[in-house]
Amino acid sequence: MQYLWLILLTGCLSAQAQGVDQARQAAKPAVQTSSVEADKLLGLPPLSIPADNPQSPAKIALGDKLFHDKRFSLDGTVSCSKCHDDNKGFTDNLPVSVGHHGLTGTRNAPTVINAAFAKSQFWDGREPDLEGQAKQPFFNPVEGGLANHQALLDIIRSDAAYLTAFKEVFAVSDKQLSIEQVAKAIASYERTLISGDSAFDRYYFKGDSSALTEQQQRGFKLFIGQGRCVSCHIIEQNNALFTDSRFHNIGIGVTAIQQDLPPLIQAFLDAKHKGGDVDKIVLTDKKSAELGRFAVTQAMNDIGAFKTPTLRNIELTAPYMHDGSLKTLKEVVIHYNNGGVTPASAKVNDFLSGGIRPLNLTDAQLDDLVAFLQALTSPQYAKAIATAAH
Amino acid sequence: MHAINHSRRNFIKNTGALALGATLPLSLVELAFADSSQNFSFAYISDAHIQQIKGSRFVHNWDRGLIRAVAETNLLTPKPDFVMFGGDLAQLGSKPELDHGAEIMSALSHKVHYVMGEHDYYLDLGEYWEKLFGPQFYSFEHKGVHFIVLNSIRTYDEWTFHRWPSNEQRMLEMAGLDNPNSSPFMVGEEQRKWLKADLDKVAKSTPIVVFSHSPLQKIYKGWNFWTEDAEQIQAMLKPFNKVSVIYGHVHQIQYNQIGNISFNSVMSTAWPWPYPTTYAQAEQYLPKLTVPMNRADPFFERDATGWQLINLADGRADLNYTLYNNTERTVAFNPKTKRPEDKAYQAENSRIPPQSHY
Repeated sequence: MQYLWLILLTGCLSAQAQGVDQARQAAKPAVQTSSVEADKLLGLPPLSIPADNPQSPAKIALGDKLFHDKRFSLDGTVSCSKCHDDNKGFTDNLPVSVGHHGLTGTRNAPTVINAAFAKSQFWDGREPDLEGQAKQPFFNPVEGGLANHQALLDIIRSDAAYLTAFKEVFAVSDKQLSIEQVAKAIASYERTLISGDSAFDRYYFKGDSSALTEQQQRGFKLFIGQGRCVSCHIIEQNNALFTDSRFHNIGIGVTAIQQDLPPLIQAFLDAKHKGGDVDKIVLTDKKSAELGRFAVTQAMNDIGAFKTPTLRNIELTAPYMHDGSLKTLKEVVIHYNNGGVTPASAKVNDFLSGGIRPLNLTDAQLDDLVAFLQALTSPQYAKAIATAAH
Repeated sequence: MHAINHSRRNFIKNTGALALGATLPLSLVELAFADSSQNFSFAYISDAHIQQIKGSRFVHNWDRGLIRAVAETNLLTPKPDFVMFGGDLAQLGSKPELDHGAEIMSALSHKVHYVMGEHDYYLDLGEYWEKLFGPQFYSFEHKGVHFIVLNSIRTYDEWTFHRWPSNEQRMLEMAGLDNPNSSPFMVGEEQRKWLKADLDKVAKSTPIVVFSHSPLQKIYKGWNFWTEDAEQIQAMLKPFNKVSVIYGHVHQIQYNQIGNISFNSVMSTAWPWPYPTTYAQAEQYLPKLTVPMNRADPFFERDATGWQLINLADGRADLNYTLYNNTERTVAFNPKTKRPEDKAYQAENSRIPPQSHY
């Protein structure tokens, strides 16, 4: 937490050199709310900021504006926040996201909250960082649908306020604008969307034994024991991101296409070999999408494997799994209890991770686990959603 | 963006075919017979140890290991010429276990040749196994290579026929490790006679590949990493220019050169030897053992198991190990040193020192 504070401070100082007044103004609230900030980050590790993209209030404000701007899409309806909605836990509560002209992709929008900590981005980890991630959806044919970088930069150039902001933040003229700067600003904004301080954090990292109900405490024991959850959704000694940043075939999506796998894999590799773009293939072809991490690595170990998501704020981000195929947390824990298969009678897929097996949990134990998962919500987002609902 | 990665690491050259992990040794194909059409590959799956718990319940972990190896073998492009199964399809040799194993193997879209393991044999001395898979020892030709399959896990007649009150007890005694009641494996006189006659018909320049379940060399008697008449078999193979012996049973990667004979082991799809009992959080079906070993990732039940693709180039066998959640390994014949060597771990100074304390 001290580390983050230092980053903010450093960011402010460098911003002052560029745009003194605005930076000072934006820095003020950060100073006043520092102890609140520290509470907000309870249970999180220090956030590392890339050396080539330091935080600054002006850059964060620019990223915020870009993130919420619908104009960066073919029909002017799709902003980042369309699928990563501030009022819905920075997701869209849809099974798979909807792009321009109502087109749908193949994957469930993951929350942006705490995405800054992820060691790779997208469900298949095809981008290493937020900057890399931010550059893709504008141009994906079923998301933003813009033809190319030029189309996006033209929209920015048509807006004098943007030109002023880019000049202030990146010291560039309108001719020097690039997608890289757009991505950096959005990533900087996303690095402010970090939040801990859940009931679990107060229970585990602050020793507040009343923070979890008895049922939630039983669920926590199952989480780290018979449920085997913690092996992938990791809890460290002084922080918890609830992910191992790895990729596992847990029997979602791939189960339905297993009969087609040999020809499907061959066809995918042929397409990729001919220069096909993974981002486009996996969001437009439902079956190829289910190859998961394999689409990136071509390793047999990764067939049908997807990134372990964080569980923070999981209560807010239904439906679940990479394809949004499970509606409730109860359905999720039942899926694991079945040994990686839904419904229980379906054939387990041949490439299932060696860590997934039937758990023999009772229905009451499954309810305990769900209760524990509901203790991972950051209060600020719970409140935001409660407010939005009114 | 995500333009294709053209590196050899990920692709078989120009085919867009499925790469076998990181290390499919393309360059080895170039070492080849003068007529490169004679090069070929086959897949080798071994030691599945399908184990019945009760009725239709089988040990989940061992089932999944074989199912996965079969599924991955079916993805290979180009297709291997055939598949070998290296023995110990069953755990205690029963009909339900052999049937269940045969059913999983039936998903393979390839011709399969089977080797007998002691876990398949000592209940009914291979009677039901023969009905499913054919003779216990045999030979066949493929693209200029003479392949021989031996049942190397027989033992002294006295032990087999007169010592035990029941077939079930005989099976259990042979399945034990460090078991003073067990008996050393051997090929035995019947097969040695047959082998001599079989080899008499083969030109000395013909590459020979022998498949056995136990190593046709003496490594460790307590776990039957051992064949009692190994020297006699080796003597029969000595006159041939190129001989490879490929064996299962040991559930670990071994390689050795004795005279003209190259020895390679294959991995199990069930568990690695040695194997720790840590972190299971569930009832264990592992045989008891004396020397546990660390595994990289004990959460993954498939860790340190796998199967192999074997390239036959210039009559020598190069083994490519597909190891789940682990780095792939290749053990290939080195024509300079004239022995099999691990491509990554052969150099002394690049080895990771073993753990010597706990």
